[in-house]
Amino acid sequence: MTYVLGRSAPVAGKTDFHRPALSAVARLWGSSTVLAGLPLLLALCLLWEVAPRLGWMNPIFFPPLSAVLSALWDLIASGEMARHIGISFERAGLGFLLATVVAIPLGFLMGRYAAFEKATDLLVQTLRNTSQFALLPVFVLLLGIGEASKIAITFYAAVFFLLVNTIVGVKSVDSLLLKAAKSMGTSDWDLFRKVIFPSAIPSIVAGMRLGVKASLFSVIAAEMLAARSGIGFLIQNAQLMLKAADMYAGILVLTFVGLLLNYALVWIERRATHWRADAGDQPH
Amino acid sequence: MDRITVADIAKTFQLKPGQTVTVDGLRSNSITVLSGLDLSIRQGEFITLVGPSGSGKSVLLDIVAGLTDATAGTASIDGEAITGPDPRMAYVFQQYALFPWRTALENIEYALEVRGVGRAERRARARHFLSLFGLHGFEDRYPSQLSGGMQQRVAIARALSVEPEVLLMDEPFAALDAQTRDILQSELLRIWERLRTTVIFVTHSIDEAVYLADRVVAITARPGRVKEIIDVDLPRPRAEGLRNSPEFAHLKGRVWNVLRDEVRAAQKDWALSSATH
Repeated sequence: MTYVLGRSAPVAGKTDFHRPALSAVARLWGSSTVLAGLPLLLALCLLWEVAPRLGWMNPIFFPPLSAVLSALWDLIASGEMARHIGISFERAGLGFLLATVVAIPLGFLMGRYAAFEKATDLLVQTLRNTSQFALLPVFVLLLGIGEASKIAITFYAAVFFLLVNTIVGVKSVDSLLLKAAKSMGTSDWDLFRKVIFPSAIPSIVAGMRLGVKASLFSVIAAEMLAARSGIGFLIQNAQLMLKAADMYAGILVLTFVGLLLNYALVWIERRATHWRADAGDQPH
Repeated sequence: MDRITVADIAKTFQLKPGQTVTVDGLRSNSITVLSGLDLSIRQGEFITLVGPSGSGKSVLLDIVAGLTDATAGTASIDGEAITGPDPRMAYVFQQYALFPWRTALENIEYALEVRGVGRAERRARARHFLSLFGLHGFEDRYPSQLSGGMQQRVAIARALSVEPEVLLMDEPFAALDAQTRDILQSELLRIWERLRTTVIFVTHSIDEAVYLADRVVAITARPGRVKEIIDVDLPRPRAEGLRNSPEFAHLKGRVWNVLRDEVRAAQKDWALSSATH
């Protein structure tokens, strides 16, 4: 993933577009895709309701949507859903936070110092291509069945997205900006703080978006395999107990949470890169 | 009094292992872009450097700015050897070099910020220099929201905000359209008349060189050294209509006569310029 900073100069006279107008356009576009996509989504919901009722699907394995929503309501009302979601988020959040703390400084060093990168690159590439899921049994073996192994897998899932994107961000700093900053007498520390870091932010934030998703997906998988709590456990356990409605309720919540999370992260990404000319029309 | 002195400067670039260029019929793994260059620039003088592509004009500017070391010789400011970026000097680049995540005002503030000027003072100074370039009302625009001409105005304002004694400008108007270039030349002169900063201005436009300068320094084809210095004794402040005068045409002709052979020599040297750019 490479980022080219907006150096292209707009033509004189075509300069009076500004941010409020741009984000208004983006908002309109965003809401209209939601509106345009709604009929198909509603059709799917209808099919879900009708198919088991008409006997096209076995209602024991595929209960109608209304039964799923009623199960969902019970899970919410009893506080069970909030508890499981909370635990999953805590695990994913801790692992992700740990990944950020490790990856960003490491990425800065690897992106800035060629000798350091040469020494570490092969190791990073090797580790990066080992699936976090393959490592789950290892984490369980070494860290036990408790929280530590779950946090480890979410850390492992996120850290390489963050690391690679930080390295790319640091390396893509415009050399002209570095030269200009040096000509103004910028100290090494200020060069990091005021030039390299801000110009790496779009790439780092993009890495965070990928990392957060990877953390969440990994924690679900880990909870399905080895846990007594969390949304992944809820889904897996409901399946084992033949409570299909609960299982689908869990999946629905997960989808909804993922969707919200994605929108939130896209919003954060736009905020972080609002100075870019094309910030308004980036794909999600 | 001499503000900038360049004495017997040479600069040789070493190519990467395995890379070679053919220089004067011989294969070599290094290129000498400057050799034996001497130049003295008086305080408050506006100097333009002209020369064929690849003659090392920008490299000379980088050496004076303290951004690159000369292979031989010394560059000094007020008699002191230049060993690194010097707070008495400011640099303006062809591609503006504005920080895209900073607004126009914040870009100007940057230069003051890294020198430890307090927030209130640097904001006031940045505003002053912004309005000097007629950019009042554009404080909060990001570079991507400004035209090329406006971006370069911000960059020049940033350079001048630290009140440098020497302003180094590397083809600052080359990326702009002809009309904007003319306007910015006049604006630069108007502000320079007030500040009287020493200016070293690299250009490939003979017209621009003559219009702006007290003295035009013609650099030879690679390896660059001073071929001739042409005094421009046109009256200041320079009016727009000056360009139509016979004196202006005569001076342009003189500079072109000096440069013609050098440009031809440089064109034969295409293999080299493709290696350095």
